[in-house]
Amino acid sequence: MNEAPKKPATNALGLAKSDYKGGPSTMCKGCGHDRISEAVIQASYDLGIDAQNILKMSGIGCSSKTPAYFLGNAMGLNSTHGRMPSFATGAHVANTTMSPIGVSGDGDSASIGMGQFVHILRRNPKMVYIIENNGVYGLTKGQFSATADRKSPSKRGEFPREASIDLCGLALELGAAFIGRSFSGDKKQLVPLLKAALSFDGLAFLDVISPCVTFNNHEGSTKSYTHQKEMGVTFHDPHYVSPQDQIDIEYSEGDLHEVTLHDGSRLLLRKLERDFDPTDRTDSFAALQGTRNKGEILTGLIHIDMEAESLATNAGMTNDSLASLMQGDLRPAAGVLDKINDGFRI
Amino acid sequence: MNPVVNDFSIRIATPNGTGSQTSNIVIQRALIQMGLIASSKNLFPSNIAGLPTWFQIRVSPGGWQTMNPQWQVLLPLNQATIGRDLRESAPNTAVIENSDWKTADSEFKGLCRYSVPFDQLARKITNAKLRPRLKNLIYVGVVAQLFDIPMETIRGSLQTVFPGKEAVVDLNMEAAQIGFDFAAENLTKQDPWKFAPADQVGDQILLDGNEAAALGAIWGGVSVMAWYPITPASSLAEAVEKHIGRCRENDPEGRKRFVVIQAEDELAAIGIALGAGWAGARSMTSTSGPGISLMAENLGLGYFAEIPTVVYDIQRVGPSTGLPTRTQQSDVLQVAFHSHGDTRFPFLLPASPIESFQFSCQAYDLAEKYQVPVLFLSDLDLGMNSWMSDPIPEPDTDFNRGKIATDEVIARLDNWGRYRDVDGDGIPYRTIPGVTLHPDAAHLTRGSGHDEDAEYSESPEVYSQNLDRLARKIDGMVVDLPAPIRQDGDTTLGVIAYGTTDMAMQEALDSLERKPSYLRLRSFPFHPEVESFIDDHEQVLVIEQNQQGQMAQLLRMNFPQLAARIQSATYYGGLPLSAGFVKDSIEPSRRVEA
Repeated sequence: MNEAPKKPATNALGLAKSDYKGGPSTMCKGCGHDRISEAVIQASYDLGIDAQNILKMSGIGCSSKTPAYFLGNAMGLNSTHGRMPSFATGAHVANTTMSPIGVSGDGDSASIGMGQFVHILRRNPKMVYIIENNGVYGLTKGQFSATADRKSPSKRGEFPREASIDLCGLALELGAAFIGRSFSGDKKQLVPLLKAALSFDGLAFLDVISPCVTFNNHEGSTKSYTHQKEMGVTFHDPHYVSPQDQIDIEYSEGDLHEVTLHDGSRLLLRKLERDFDPTDRTDSFAALQGTRNKGEILTGLIHIDMEAESLATNAGMTNDSLASLMQGDLRPAAGVLDKINDGFRI
Repeated sequence: MNPVVNDFSIRIATPNGTGSQTSNIVIQRALIQMGLIASSKNLFPSNIAGLPTWFQIRVSPGGWQTMNPQWQVLLPLNQATIGRDLRESAPNTAVIENSDWKTADSEFKGLCRYSVPFDQLARKITNAKLRPRLKNLIYVGVVAQLFDIPMETIRGSLQTVFPGKEAVVDLNMEAAQIGFDFAAENLTKQDPWKFAPADQVGDQILLDGNEAAALGAIWGGVSVMAWYPITPASSLAEAVEKHIGRCRENDPEGRKRFVVIQAEDELAAIGIALGAGWAGARSMTSTSGPGISLMAENLGLGYFAEIPTVVYDIQRVGPSTGLPTRTQQSDVLQVAFHSHGDTRFPFLLPASPIESFQFSCQAYDLAEKYQVPVLFLSDLDLGMNSWMSDPIPEPDTDFNRGKIATDEVIARLDNWGRYRDVDGDGIPYRTIPGVTLHPDAAHLTRGSGHDEDAEYSESPEVYSQNLDRLARKIDGMVVDLPAPIRQDGDTTLGVIAYGTTDMAMQEALDSLERKPSYLRLRSFPFHPEVESFIDDHEQVLVIEQNQQGQMAQLLRMNFPQLAARIQSATYYGGLPLSAGFVKDSIEPSRRVEA
């Protein structure tokens, strides 16, 4: 008896994981960025996201090329260097029924685009903002970026002369509502963080350490796979529970922080040896600074503020897409102009 | 002395930030209520308080609203500039001076002097707290008495400045009356200038070009505005924000169908506008020279990736910071070929408040139909000075959103591609995320080389063909852009001008016995009529407000076979252009050879 061909597993939309793929990657073999693209695919598949409701936004650099390699059914805009945040903001407000996933790099966001990074955090549009952080300019062959640590030499043995920027620390200072850090090699942590980020009504910032295998994965580098495995620490084990899901793991009381997100989904953070309260900004600062003092790299959900108002809410915007409004919705009724003319009569 | 009625200018010099603007506007509006077209030029400093400012009000039998470089009445009420103000005045100028300052008599030689002890008179104002601001109203009363503006008209004017606030009007009237009474009792009329009721105004309204452009944006359907404060463009964005909340209807839940974002800089402002345009909303940003420079890279992306948006450039004096509060037409060449690489941007050249409204409204259709950032090139004189104008007419055309790749369209065109020219006009069918849902339509819009299907390509043929199609698309815009306006004259000379130069041009033409032909440009790329106008004249003089003759250069570049005929007359001092400059330029002996 012939067995029926095995059907691939499907999600709530009846889609297979392969339906969330993009084009073939042109990253170097082993690049951390490809793991992040896979995590985006996994999270989108698990959540049953319709890719046509996603806007893929990016700037310039290796990281900014990756939107071509995930969610092939989503539209995307590969903008100018460092300007993804403004393009994403514009695309978002034009149609708030869609969700932007912005992908940027440490060069794109921490140097040329620092101004836009800072101000989009203040503005808090609903979107996911991923920085694929490798401490190096890859496409231009290995210059230091602003996140390169002073003690982290280049392949040729030179050290950065300028202080490095901790993007999570900066985001905390700026009042960002959702700050996570992860590691491209830690899918177990990255995927639930991405799901929470996609469910968050506001800007969800994820600083993802993503080693550059060609220019910054050597001994001594603080953005290498080895270094991250040795010095990466996490205080919580994240678990994402969608509104429909039952919790399939057991926690004893006092073992976890639980955050209910805007769409009813929950992020459960199981406490490990050390603990801090990610809903308390002071605690988040202490945990970040404490680990940094020891040369550790804190990953996980670093801060979440469920009270922060998103841009669209704050601006009192319609829930409809502005892009679909018609002349009848947009042009004032006949007679309004006459009244305005009257106001200009002396 | 024969009276000269309704044909003179009043220049009022005051320190910036002292509240004199209200008094100046009260005089202007009182004259309008008398039926006069009273134009004003506000020559203000880049400063919050203290630096000198001049406000010039002009009435003329022709109702001209151009700058009159010579004034007949002077109020030198700024001690920092009084010497210069008096020296620059023509003989017999009527001068209303503050006699409490004890200015030397010799300074007034040849002038017609009226001495008013403004400081002493101010002590008569009963409200001591408001005295410093109300003090300025005293000169309104003096002007009213000397030049025949009825005090009831001053009250009527105050009522338009402070509508519904009768107590405030009374306070102001008290101060004005102090000035009026002093003049009546102490001053003897020694000059010929006076106002008299006339019938120039009819149905006209008073507004500035920026506010008219803002209304045009709202009627054009803008729903996303991002901007960064900059003089002289801020008032445009602020007017959009003021009016859109009042005249755009909310959705059924009471939520707004627009969003305004004050960006962190012009890089972000244009990024937000382009992001919104890409996602299908009608979007805009407003700026001036320095901001336009910052927007270069992103505008290049908009051109190459074919993203609609509208950029308002209210030109000021450059280069660099230049003179932020003075006017010029000096962004023409930059805007025409903005950003690196081969680009050519369409731009519109309004010359009046009505055109500011109409071109602004039309810009959204042009941007979407041709999938390109459209620039609206106004200037400080049009944008920030107030102008008498016919009422703004309702737009008579419906929205044109251009070619949108709906699923139906993609199914109908068996070979659709985001950048494929299926109709032979260079214009592809654009996608709107969330609207275009066809499975083949998803793609990554990019500023890097791309083929007709929006795939990355480094092919030399693909790259050249794409640039050629873009050039063809921009060329094709002339059928929809505002055509030039031609006034034939009776000499072999043709004059070309645009924007605010038109006002000076019209006044100059009116005064010339033998008139040159005149073509007013209203957009770029140039309409075929521009070439035939140049071809029809042995000599063509381009009059404009920049040093390098930028439009003349653009014309020579576009019509090389006619380049030798094109000459240039330029003014770039930053004041609104006068008819005198235009007249002098048209005189052959004064013409600047190219």
